[in-house]
Amino acid sequence: MQITERALWTLIHGMAFGGLYLLACSGALVWLYQFTDSSISDDFTRGHERFVRIYLIAMVVLAWAAVLSGTYVIYPWYRAAPLTGRADLSMFPQRLLMSRPATSGWHSLGMEWKEHVAWFAPISITMVAFVFIRYGHDLRNHRQLRSAVLVFALASLVASGIAGFFGAEIDDYAPVRGGSTIHLSHAEAK
Amino acid sequence: MSTSHNPVARDDPSLTNGSGAASVLSAGIGCFLMAAFAILADKSALVKSNLIFYKPTGPLSGVTTVAIVVWLVTWGILEWTWRKKTVPAGRINAIAVALLVLSLILTFPPVADLF
Repeated sequence: MQITERALWTLIHGMAFGGLYLLACSGALVWLYQFTDSSISDDFTRGHERFVRIYLIAMVVLAWAAVLSGTYVIYPWYRAAPLTGRADLSMFPQRLLMSRPATSGWHSLGMEWKEHVAWFAPISITMVAFVFIRYGHDLRNHRQLRSAVLVFALASLVASGIAGFFGAEIDDYAPVRGGSTIHLSHAEAK
Repeated sequence: MSTSHNPVARDDPSLTNGSGAASVLSAGIGCFLMAAFAILADKSALVKSNLIFYKPTGPLSGVTTVAIVVWLVTWGILEWTWRKKTVPAGRINAIAVALLVLSLILTFPPVADLF
């Protein structure tokens, strides 16, 4: 069993950073809604508040790790151009997608949207975490701020969902390949 | 009793909404700049070539770096200006959310291609 270096990086970017962030988003929305709702937030303790702070800081780290690894590690492999006249495009995902009408939309719409919209997630969640750390429980007394925080947290979920969906589909049609091979186990042939 | 089981403290009256509003508005501006620079880099060859900060990533490196830097500078300025003030948060948040929605629409390629 083996995996290439580029496939491993794609896995780290998509599953460890992006996937985990996407999963955490729904939890953050519930926590933020409940913790700052004046009708139900009296039961929360300092321990809860500290937990939400750490949870949001972890989300900020995941969001930035996802966009930075995507932009500076995976994307250069994705957009690499082959030498003129090269017939095998399997090592050049963008060119492979654009070479067929049936798949060109995954680049012209999917990747073109994903590469920009994904950045809304770290911007939004950084703001959400900052406001929560600054105001904490007091956010329930600033209803307009609370609404804005919830809207940006939701936008963060939408942005990362768009990026995750197109990332998974693009990797399905034109996976990033190459790099050194990492052997995970040496199974004997039966 | 551990402090982790203490109820959360009652509201701090010294906290104005200025700091939060500064964060929200700058986030809206940051998202909008990301969309605006992406369109500019796509439409202008001059802008595109000037935004290639890291060649393997192409103009995306410049688009995102410039948007992030301007967002952080804007946030810093607004935070410094509003941190101790009470500001019209409703209007500011409406502008920020409008910028966010506009950004989501502008980054959608069929819409971006209209420019």
